[in-house]
Amino acid sequence: MNGSKSPSGSPGVSSSPSTTARPGTSASLATSPNMNPRELGTYTKNTWCPGCGNFSILSAIQTVLASMHDEGYPLENVVIVSGIGCHAKISDYLNINSFYSLHGRTLPVATGIKLANPDLKVICFSGDGDSLAEGLDHLIFAAKRNLDITLILHDNRVYGLTTGQYTPTSPLGFKGKSTPMGTEELPMNPIELMLVSGATYLARGYTHGIDLLRKLFRDAIMHKGFSFVDTLQVCVTYFNMYETYNKRVYEVQGNDASSFDEAMKIARSWDYNNMEAPIPLGKFYDIDKPRFDQVFPGYEPHPVDRDAKIREVLDSLI
Amino acid sequence: MDSFSALIGGIAGDGINEAGVTIGRILNQLGYRIYMYYDYPSLIRGGHNSSLVRASKSKIAAHEEMVDVLIALNQDTLKIHKLRLKENSFIIYDQDKVTAGGLKQKGCGLPITSMLKEEGAPPIMRNSCMIGALCKVSGIPWDVLELVLTKHVPKALELNLNVARKGYDSAVEFFKVNKLDQPPLPIVQGNQAIALGMIKAGLGAYVAYPMTPSSSLLDFVARAASDFNLKVVHPENEIAVILIAQGFAYEGVKAAVGTSGGGFCLMTEGLSLAGQAEMPIVIILGQRTGPSTGLPTYTAQSDLHFALNAGQGEFPRFIVAPGDAEEAYYWSGVAVNMAWKYQIPSIILSDKIVSEGVYSFDQAEAGEIKEELASLWMGEGKYNRYQYTKNGVSPLAFPPVKGQAVKVDSYCHDEYGVTTEDGRITSDMTDKRLLKGKSLAEEMAGHDTVKTYGQGRTALLCWGSNKGVCQEVGEKLGLKTIQVLVLSPFPAAKLYEALKGVDRVISVECNATGQLASLARCYGYRIDREVLKYSGRPFSLEDLEADLKKALSREVRA
Repeated sequence: MNGSKSPSGSPGVSSSPSTTARPGTSASLATSPNMNPRELGTYTKNTWCPGCGNFSILSAIQTVLASMHDEGYPLENVVIVSGIGCHAKISDYLNINSFYSLHGRTLPVATGIKLANPDLKVICFSGDGDSLAEGLDHLIFAAKRNLDITLILHDNRVYGLTTGQYTPTSPLGFKGKSTPMGTEELPMNPIELMLVSGATYLARGYTHGIDLLRKLFRDAIMHKGFSFVDTLQVCVTYFNMYETYNKRVYEVQGNDASSFDEAMKIARSWDYNNMEAPIPLGKFYDIDKPRFDQVFPGYEPHPVDRDAKIREVLDSLI
Repeated sequence: MDSFSALIGGIAGDGINEAGVTIGRILNQLGYRIYMYYDYPSLIRGGHNSSLVRASKSKIAAHEEMVDVLIALNQDTLKIHKLRLKENSFIIYDQDKVTAGGLKQKGCGLPITSMLKEEGAPPIMRNSCMIGALCKVSGIPWDVLELVLTKHVPKALELNLNVARKGYDSAVEFFKVNKLDQPPLPIVQGNQAIALGMIKAGLGAYVAYPMTPSSSLLDFVARAASDFNLKVVHPENEIAVILIAQGFAYEGVKAAVGTSGGGFCLMTEGLSLAGQAEMPIVIILGQRTGPSTGLPTYTAQSDLHFALNAGQGEFPRFIVAPGDAEEAYYWSGVAVNMAWKYQIPSIILSDKIVSEGVYSFDQAEAGEIKEELASLWMGEGKYNRYQYTKNGVSPLAFPPVKGQAVKVDSYCHDEYGVTTEDGRITSDMTDKRLLKGKSLAEEMAGHDTVKTYGQGRTALLCWGSNKGVCQEVGEKLGLKTIQVLVLSPFPAAKLYEALKGVDRVISVECNATGQLASLARCYGYRIDREVLKYSGRPFSLEDLEADLKKALSREVRA
């Protein structure tokens, strides 16, 4: 049983998840007392507001996880990490490995998990305040390292749990509780930022487009490298953008996702501020680049006699 | 002679630290026990650096103000350190750069700069020449120097040996350092001892952002990473550091982080997470002079209360303050074991003196470290990450675990690990976490968490790096020394035992407010006097002796 292995830095700790099941062998549902891919919900009461875009994200990810299971990928090899905010409750709503971390801190936790065991699929769910304000440093560095993890940004462009303040993606003039006269700063374009920071998969989804959302989530999770899905998630209570989004969004077609320049052009075609501009959805960028978890030393642990090595070090210091 | 002190000084970039260690290694070969204090400002080139090497027949962890030999690579060294000269001290200097006029001590000036030029050697080799002269002056046979240089000079050995030989041949014997009948020991930096102790206890990953005095720990483990199969990460900041460590812990990899006060400020958010989420992590907090940036390369013991109280909310933590290399090694191993046994943060509270100080290290004397097994889930039924147990410790499991979800949560949570705002579960879970602290305290009753040295009705109360200086001065003045090693859980009962027969207590600390004294007072102990030093410099033997005599005489008059 995996639960009985030694919690040490010695080899074996980062053992391959293939000990549980390999693609194609399919973990049987009968032997999964606590994880049913068809019923990934927990006993926790869902407290999102009716009509919240988070429901679409939850539903899309459940479908993606179930399909991964059906293709033989054991779901115990998936770990989700969430920050703090409405989005983060997703950890409580999914019966799957989770680390419900701190505001803005999904990525460093995910980094540790992935470096400890590169065979796991690590998926971060984060908010726009979470990743773009409190934890922006981690976001840029995760992209820079091109670590093989996925970040799904619940981008509702408002702080929900703290009841309605502006975020880094709120449009200029947004009247939130902390900015009653309207904000005086332009929004940030997270996709543009991720592109220049080194992310290797970039997409935008919308919670009123569940098929595309599923496709993008799946694509991002399967991508090898740092993948980022900006998900326009509507907050019905504090910033209801359904009408605007429904009118403006369109799916990009036939774009060359291997082109940095083309991805930049698409990313810049909407600046999160202009309410009249068309809003592109879909996959903008998808390239292959060396990954941090591949080049990180210690990826393939080798057995060492620690006592002998300590003696060797001490002898060298005499 | 049984004890010997030498100071070598020059500018940053002269290799003064390494030169001091080389002198230590030479005396080590003669059977002496070594302690070195390295004093340097926060800059890369220029300024004034000095290494004060002390050798003694028995184990030491303190420096003397006065030196037997002063080695001056520049004029500043003489100017700054001439007060350290005794009547019979000896001065070695580069006569191309330094004039020793006006000093009555004997000395020898060597035309080192020109000697190097003759050999075609770079200026950094002035050290080898000086050390060659030092060996001759102190009657140390050439072959000892040759042995040390051959083992430790990484490049241009032959040239170094030639230069050293020139220095050796140009100087004259002034006194004789006798060989002792003791084997040499490894000469380690405190940070190396901390690293090796943690490695012995099963360390799997080290995560840090550089910060003096803990940077050399990161450097050491980064170089040793492949030898010990360690994952070493230097991420964007200390906030990431402590969270990456918890990502490792989630997967069962024993991780440690190292920093100083400023970095620890950034870590407090993650520290509190470790408290709530019950994540085992080890934090090396190397104290330096604060507040804020303070004196980056100087020492202090002013973060005790910060370490005790950092992080919102209430949760148990293990804090240990080692006082020399053996304690640094042994207790760092214990810190790893306690973090994993009780799923709590463990803090190794070091300072510039312990972390960057250089010591003779006796592994056998330090004590045996064994990697202790954490409580692991046996794989029956449904896994509950935060299961209630008799000692508060829930069995651990690390993904992937077939058919099970391992749920960790920073919110108040139930046994399974999902968020709850239920009042009763909230207080039950708080009790569960505090119960781990009680279990840890019970376990600590079996450890030497308080050590005493010598006898006397007056006791010196100390912690951390002041152990060595208190022990020596205490012995000289007939005072008992009481060292509190574990600060949390506070060993009140052990301190009670140590204070039996003592009627006067003087706390000795490198801070301005007497932090251990006030902690002890919280537990009802009377501390009569506080001898405090907060200039960023450690107590020397002479310093402490003078301060104690003053404190004791004041008391007599009162």
